[in-house]
Amino acid sequence: MSKTVKLTPPLTDKDVEVLEIGDRVLVSGVIYTARDAAHKRLVDLLAAGKELPVDFKGQILYYVGPSPARPGRVIGAAGPTTSYRMDSYTPTMLQLGLKAMIGKGKRSPEVIAAMQQYKAVYLGATGGAGALISQCIKKAQVVAFPELGPEAVHRLEVENLPAIVINDCKGRDLYELGVKEYRRTADTNIEPTVCR
Amino acid sequence: MRQIETAAITRAVKEAAIAANYDLGKDLLAALQRGEQEEESPSGREIFRQLLENASIADTERVPLCQDCGLAVIFVELGQEVQIVGGDFEQAIQEGVRQGYGEGYLRKSLCHPLTRANTGDNTPAVIHTEIVPGDRLKITVVPKGGGSENMSRVFMLKPAEGRAGVIEKVVTAVKEAGPNPCPPIIVGVGIGGTFERAALLAKKALLREVGSPNPDPELAALEQEMLQQVNDLGIGPQGLGGRITAMAVHVLMQPSHIASLPVAVNIQCHASRHKEAVL
Ligand code: SF4
Repeated sequence: MSKTVKLTPPLTDKDVEVLEIGDRVLVSGVIYTARDAAHKRLVDLLAAGKELPVDFKGQILYYVGPSPARPGRVIGAAGPTTSYRMDSYTPTMLQLGLKAMIGKGKRSPEVIAAMQQYKAVYLGATGGAGALISQCIKKAQVVAFPELGPEAVHRLEVENLPAIVINDCKGRDLYELGVKEYRRTADTNIEPTVCR
Repeated sequence: MRQIETAAITRAVKEAAIAANYDLGKDLLAALQRGEQEEESPSGREIFRQLLENASIADTERVPLCQDCGLAVIFVELGQEVQIVGGDFEQAIQEGVRQGYGEGYLRKSLCHPLTRANTGDNTPAVIHTEIVPGDRLKITVVPKGGGSENMSRVFMLKPAEGRAGVIEKVVTAVKEAGPNPCPPIIVGVGIGGTFERAALLAKKALLREVGSPNPDPELAALEQEMLQQVNDLGIGPQGLGGRITAMAVHVLMQPSHIASLPVAVNIQCHASRHKEAVL
């Protein structure tokens, strides 16, 4: 039976270990954003032996490129972007101690294995619910790469941001198991090739 | 000749771009409501509920429906008895996009394909112009999200693969896309023409009112069959498992070369945004 868990970073191995696929989570506290271009910058900095603008140990990373805030507002729409584009960078981020990622869509087998190895989880937020999710964001501040515009790294303060555990640290995948329950075709080979 | 000022075109594009990003069409809202009723999976129903709430927040709080405010695809039907005056026609459209994405607080999501440097104003839009009879100018602004566009495909089938081959490719595209394009989706299918025409037909097919039957009975039957098979995949809302992976399949078809059977699948997310203006 799935449960509802409140998560507030920094997270420990223990916080992550209790999470199972299908569990609902409500994230509160400080999280960071990064998408395609920011990931490339972060990994390039590491490769050059430079210091990162954020210490990701125990943190939650949200794959999002928000729309601009209207004057007087915290942020614009802020739903998740498709995560597979970050897959090639993710094992490196997990090695740094990142504990959870929020996005949408499938992860690669390599990422799922790295989540097992480093004890981390992947959370799915509702793709296309950008207006709804923006209501959970109480503060937003650009902390790195402002020149990337919507792709800059933001520090967000969130309250009860809803998500669901897609991959737990035991290597399980809700996208596989959930779909199996409703599939009516004989074909079991649903391994996506485009997501690699 | 009826004259239309470029300034009026800019204004119309700007307003349509903003409206499309904030107000979900009535047809989509009805489809989401039907989904909330009909979906069997509890998490699927919860997703439909969230999407309806999202649409209502977007409307009342003036937050875009989705942070990906899309690449602006513009379909133009230009009456042959219209004369455009006051400037460059395509520039007028691009200016409308620039103003709409700026003044509407919409995300600028276009960049140099290789350096990835953002163009800063969400231009250039992709414009498809058709000359039609009459003295009207119809402009449809379609902000197209990257997540669903990335899952779209073009297949060049052998004619021997026939109708069954076409259905199989549509199902394959949806299956491989899985949770990535934000299901529940709408599937635009273009059959025939050439390589590029099939893709254009697939995109145009997305403009039809969701839930309305295809006026061609042959295609209406094909759409039903495709929808059934797509939904048998069990992907469901957000890929969490469920009955409704696609809310609709829309097909447009035209003759192809005797050697070819092009099929394009343009996947559209539930945030299927388009607004038209007639001048
Ligand atoms: S696929 Fe559509 S709903 Fe999903 S993030 Fe992209 S634009 Fe938004």
